[in-house]
Amino acid sequence: MGMSLQQIVFGVLSIISIISALGVILSKNPVTSVLCLIVTFFTIAGHYIMLNAQFLAVVHIIVYAGAIMVLFLFVIMLMNLNAEIEPQKRNWLKYAGAISGGALLLVLLGALREADVTPIQPGAAEIGLISNLGKTLFNQYVVPFEVSSILFLSAMVGAVIIGKREA
Amino acid sequence: MPVQYYIFLSIALFCIGVTGVLMRRNAIIIFMCVELMLNAVNLLLVAFSKMWADAGRVDASGAQIFVFFIMVVAAAEVAVGLAIIVMVYRNSQSVDINIMNRLKN
Repeated sequence: MGMSLQQIVFGVLSIISIISALGVILSKNPVTSVLCLIVTFFTIAGHYIMLNAQFLAVVHIIVYAGAIMVLFLFVIMLMNLNAEIEPQKRNWLKYAGAISGGALLLVLLGALREADVTPIQPGAAEIGLISNLGKTLFNQYVVPFEVSSILFLSAMVGAVIIGKREA
Repeated sequence: MPVQYYIFLSIALFCIGVTGVLMRRNAIIIFMCVELMLNAVNLLLVAFSKMWADAGRVDASGAQIFVFFIMVVAAAEVAVGLAIIVMVYRNSQSVDINIMNRLKN
């Protein structure tokens, strides 16, 4: 049984993204975690391209890898945390967390294993292109778009006020 | 290619994020795990968008608009959350969330 090119690309991207996601939660050094998360975000952008969501892939790279992760890295370097060791006094909490996460994984896999979905075909769908998304965004979803600008404004004001030194 | 593959990948990424939130004590790592969970959901939404587009629905790009709004909210959340973490670090010289139980007693 030959695997199609799409499945091979999917498998490689998935393995890289899962390994680097595990690296985020398992590495001791926060800077390594940030770098692993950036690798995960790039592989997710690759998945977006394979799913014909080209605009979202570009926005994802710009927003996540370009803005959010730089902010994380900046804060970590500002705090000089890169060698800090977390206190390991309660090890059983760690095991309990890992077991709970694994149990959730099993439950979700068991519930969605037989989900009734139709397969996707490789090939060009027009839905992810910027003209199509722009028309949808500015016709059907123009009110949420404006509300999100208010959200950004309030987030900016909140970040400035919280980050200010004691007035 | 079955959409199940994307469902399984999203489940795996989401559960890795949940496990990270439960296991780690560093507030910044916990925050990154929340981002990971948001991205798992985004990936699933994009996969379902593609599925419905292949099935012939004309409004399948609505899911991608949702992903766009989730990214917007995540960016705003990161700005405020990192400001809070910096403030906590400034007050207590640590980002360990175990010190944030002062309301308990």
